[in-house]
Amino acid sequence: MAKPVPTAAGSDAVAAETPPKQLGPVFKAAAGPASWADDRLGVAKLSRPFIRKVFPDHWSFLLGEIALYSFIILLLTGVFLTLWYKPSMAEIEYGGSYQLLRGMPMSESFASTLGIVFDIRGGLLIRQMHHWAAMLFIAAMLVHSLRIFFTGAFRKPREVNWLIGVGLLAMGLIEGFAGYSLPDDLLSGTGLRFVDGLIRSIPVIGTWAEMFVFGGEFPGDLIVARLYMAHILLLPALLLGLISAHLALVVYLKHTQYPGPGRTNGNVVGYPVFPVYMAKAGGFFFIVFGVITLMGGLMQINPLWTYGPYNPAQVTAGSQPDWYMGFVEGAIRIMPNWESHIGGTTWSWNVAIPGLGLMGLLFGLMAVYPFVEQWVTGDKSEHHILDRPRNVPTRTAFGVAAITGYGLFWVGGGNDIIATQFHVSLEAVTYFLRVMVFVGPVIAFLIAKRICIALQRADHERLLHGAESAIIVRDPSGSYSEPHVPISQEEAYTLTQHVDPLPLAPVTEQGDLSDKEFKAEQRRRKATRFFFLDALRKPSRAELEEAASHHEGDGNGHDGDGSRDVDGHDAKEIGAGSGPRRAQD
Amino acid sequence: MTELERRNVDGRSELVALDERFPVPDPGEPEHLPRLTDVDEAAADRATRQIALMFGLVPILAILFIVNYFATPPETYIDFAGLHANLQHVIFGVTLGLALTLLGVGAVQWARQLMNDQEIVEYRHPHESSDQERAETVGILEQGVAESGITRRKVLGRSLLGALGLVALPGVVLLADLGPWPTRKFIDATLATTIWKEGIRLVNDVTYAPIKAEQIQIGQLVNGQPENLQDLHGTEFQQAKAKSSIIVVRMNPNTIKIPESRQDWHVGGILCYSKICTHVGCPISLWEQQTHHLLCPCHQSTFDLGDSGVVIFGPAARSLPQLPITVDSEGYLVARSGFTVPVGPSYFERDSRNDFQQGDN
Amino acid sequence: MRFLTARRRHPAAKALILVFALLVMGGLYSALAPTGKSSADTGTSQQVEEGKKLFAVSCASCHGLNGEGQVSGSIQGPPLVGVGAAATEFQVSTGRMPMAHPGQQAPQRQSEFTEDEVLALAAYVATLGPGPAIPEPAAYDPAGLSDEDLARGGELFRTNCSACHNFEGAGGALPNGKYAPSLIGVSGLHLYEAMITGPQQMPVFSDGVLTPDDKRAIIGYLDRLHEQPNQGGFAFGGLGPVAEGLWAWVAGIGVLVLFAIWIAAKGVKAR
Repeated sequence: MAKPVPTAAGSDAVAAETPPKQLGPVFKAAAGPASWADDRLGVAKLSRPFIRKVFPDHWSFLLGEIALYSFIILLLTGVFLTLWYKPSMAEIEYGGSYQLLRGMPMSESFASTLGIVFDIRGGLLIRQMHHWAAMLFIAAMLVHSLRIFFTGAFRKPREVNWLIGVGLLAMGLIEGFAGYSLPDDLLSGTGLRFVDGLIRSIPVIGTWAEMFVFGGEFPGDLIVARLYMAHILLLPALLLGLISAHLALVVYLKHTQYPGPGRTNGNVVGYPVFPVYMAKAGGFFFIVFGVITLMGGLMQINPLWTYGPYNPAQVTAGSQPDWYMGFVEGAIRIMPNWESHIGGTTWSWNVAIPGLGLMGLLFGLMAVYPFVEQWVTGDKSEHHILDRPRNVPTRTAFGVAAITGYGLFWVGGGNDIIATQFHVSLEAVTYFLRVMVFVGPVIAFLIAKRICIALQRADHERLLHGAESAIIVRDPSGSYSEPHVPISQEEAYTLTQHVDPLPLAPVTEQGDLSDKEFKAEQRRRKATRFFFLDALRKPSRAELEEAASHHEGDGNGHDGDGSRDVDGHDAKEIGAGSGPRRAQD
Repeated sequence: MTELERRNVDGRSELVALDERFPVPDPGEPEHLPRLTDVDEAAADRATRQIALMFGLVPILAILFIVNYFATPPETYIDFAGLHANLQHVIFGVTLGLALTLLGVGAVQWARQLMNDQEIVEYRHPHESSDQERAETVGILEQGVAESGITRRKVLGRSLLGALGLVALPGVVLLADLGPWPTRKFIDATLATTIWKEGIRLVNDVTYAPIKAEQIQIGQLVNGQPENLQDLHGTEFQQAKAKSSIIVVRMNPNTIKIPESRQDWHVGGILCYSKICTHVGCPISLWEQQTHHLLCPCHQSTFDLGDSGVVIFGPAARSLPQLPITVDSEGYLVARSGFTVPVGPSYFERDSRNDFQQGDN
Repeated sequence: MRFLTARRRHPAAKALILVFALLVMGGLYSALAPTGKSSADTGTSQQVEEGKKLFAVSCASCHGLNGEGQVSGSIQGPPLVGVGAAATEFQVSTGRMPMAHPGQQAPQRQSEFTEDEVLALAAYVATLGPGPAIPEPAAYDPAGLSDEDLARGGELFRTNCSACHNFEGAGGALPNGKYAPSLIGVSGLHLYEAMITGPQQMPVFSDGVLTPDDKRAIIGYLDRLHEQPNQGGFAFGGLGPVAEGLWAWVAGIGVLVLFAIWIAAKGVKAR
């Protein structure tokens, strides 16, 4: 069925051979300026390789675009907000149009934020869009990084881009937090109070760091102006730089692609930037923009006029940071109250470990993972074809365990809301989470790994026995069966193109390795065996051929009742040694 | 098979024979199937009309947005199906949001339905330099090094490195004024102390009305401040308030534990505690009058005010500092002294050996 | 009905029937008793009399026949001597009392009593010992408060109340499964009574410390806060960033992923 098609390069060539006889009106109008620019900058030569650059088409490749577009929207709406916002903690009396705060003393930054909300037409829309876009920016980065992780897109040669991505995510959190703190409302002030306590808790230098960040005792009068600088200049500039590098590397290294017929490690199959991706990606930009605008218009976010101005003697039930800091908040909440008092000093493990340690752990693990996996598998080759997550069960299980751990910490950040909304005891939620943050990821790891292996088995089933035809046949003896039909070569290729796991037996002979090297290699091989433990080998060509001839011999593929036959068959083949083999043998 | 070999030149999978690497040969790009719009001109026209309609609605919505800007009075509200919000704001969001979404959906639909959907193939090229290129680059670099003379005059390199390293120092030192230096003296005057002193009256927060002991019933909670807080303004006020906030509660003295050392810290069961959590400094006032438990809404640390403020749950490690109080000649509550330990979250230089611990007397 | 038939020989059945019969009797009594007239024309003494009867039926099993309380035994109730009419009115007319079953916290529900019955009960409890009286409407009616008063009410609310009841009065968590209830839709009378009596775990905010004017300002602020529209759209119950985060994922990422799937999907082929 699958005939080799004229490759797209051919069609490209065809398209190039039959250029439009005459330039269209747009081209005619652009001809003058274009040649002016080309004379000076060589734009035709520079842009030519990019105009028909190929991008593969898959919905999961658009997750990063959501983050990119959210960032652009953040820049646009952020510029609008700076036109009225005053980053000052100087105290003034509010005289704007929100009745319930009139006459109250408050900082200029809070008053000017109220001004944007109530006195600038469209200000509330832009502010809410900015806030929603910030939430989506980080959420999209997170799901994008998960896509990269589970498909193994961080492998050589893309480790650098993965690191840039981790940096972007970390900086996104800080950028978001800085922005959240700017209005100087009760909730953001409570957040800053928390940051003050967090910075203080750093052993030895904490108090120095606190004084240097806040310019004096909390709250001081500098922190809003300093955060403003970080929020609108320092961090956006860094983000912009890193995003540019991130995209440049995507273009330079060319996009990865999912396995499939005609897709090899040496090519990339998809649509050209111009016109298809220009329309799709450009269209998606406007869709993201539109959805964020609708959210800004219809969904209220951060109604700080109900929070009131910051006052160090006030607090509200349900004090939470935005979702992306929720996992840190959760860790802080469920941490046992460990503190050491040594001599005249205080070591606040109860704040420092969950606050700084957990963030360090998350980004640290993310940053080193590609290198650890490379060391474990010993795989130094380039990868441009993505893994199907089931084919690397241990990595997938690690990812699921990490999501589970993150999710449990996240739940901890809302333990009071959980308690009131689901009518359970706050203490019970906390004690449960104290255990589950350790146990949960382990359970998730085991389950995810088993699911991956089960899915691999299902692939084997399809390869060796074909797909269920959904036709029930009654044979003359009266028994029913569902014949299986062989799967297409396209599918069979997709299911078998991945590289098999490489189990390594322990090194038995030291050879010319030094003692240290020998031990290191032994350790590495232990890790390798763990990584590939229980993963299935794909069927060999001989096994597939044997299964195919077996099919033909049987006529409809199976004798007897279909459902039981599958199981029985499978077991028999494993017994005969021709079925799925375990990797470690 | 030979074709396959040629097309998959990632020779690093040589651990297994190429044959085993791909047990099923690559069938190549699947055949391209035309869409309805490719074969049916009427369908293509229909798609064209749809897309043009979407684009056509955008200017109308944009104009509605502008009309709304000038015409809708800001103080009008929409109350429809649970949405009770500012009308102008909602119209802004809906018109602009729909306009942008339609623009996007139209463009995508154009690409999906009408643009050529034949996938094309681009070949990857190795990113790494060839051995020859590497050698050439190294050669050029070596030539540059030789031309600079640094190999012969090593002192130049070393002194340059030292110069570059130290020229950054002034930049770092310039940051030393980012904040005051937390010397022992500074800490004692700031973090470790509050504006509470002997004889300062306890007053209500917000209203600054002084508190008479007899006005406080059992089970009562008062969010209070020192009377001298109202003398402060701006930053000083906020900094002082962040430490001096108190809660005053009255409990039946017979049902609570009052240690020997604190017998004269209360007035007939009226106790005064710092309002600032010892964890990360949230103000706490979720007091349960029957259990005497005080819960912090930020991280759920729970303190027992009936037992000198010890921690009974949550991440806070230290008891809530208690303020010794008494009554003055007019019957108003006053402080007997300032707080005996620093209030608020821990800091490294804090001497935490004098804080109240469960079982102290 | 099958449910009932199957369990009619259950050991608890007799006790339940007894309780049911008592409830019916009590209900009949309260329905037939001439409460309406008493509060209308005669003095308080008759109201107290009615209240005493109601008390004996509905409250005495936990609080003792004379409101002296029961601190031991399986059914416990605090003494009501000195709690005053305001506490009684609050507890009974918000349906918190009589409690359906003992628990950490009496939840708010539909009251079992008419307004007159509540007043009779309150009048009776007030005779047990001096306590806060039911406030006059002028004390909690926010009409006529100036903008400054409302702003001050907001400041007082955020200082004294929002820690438990949240910035919008949407309620919040307390230890061991208890909670601060939502203040949305709670009448001015009940807000005022709660402040002066400190029901359940809530502390007392007596008039001597939080003056009646302050209380009225708080009530006025809450009224205005709850009647004003959400400026920016749907508000998700005033729960703050947790709800917002959830919606960012559901409505934001969720919808955009659906769009992404549509963008990358291969459309219908002609054959």
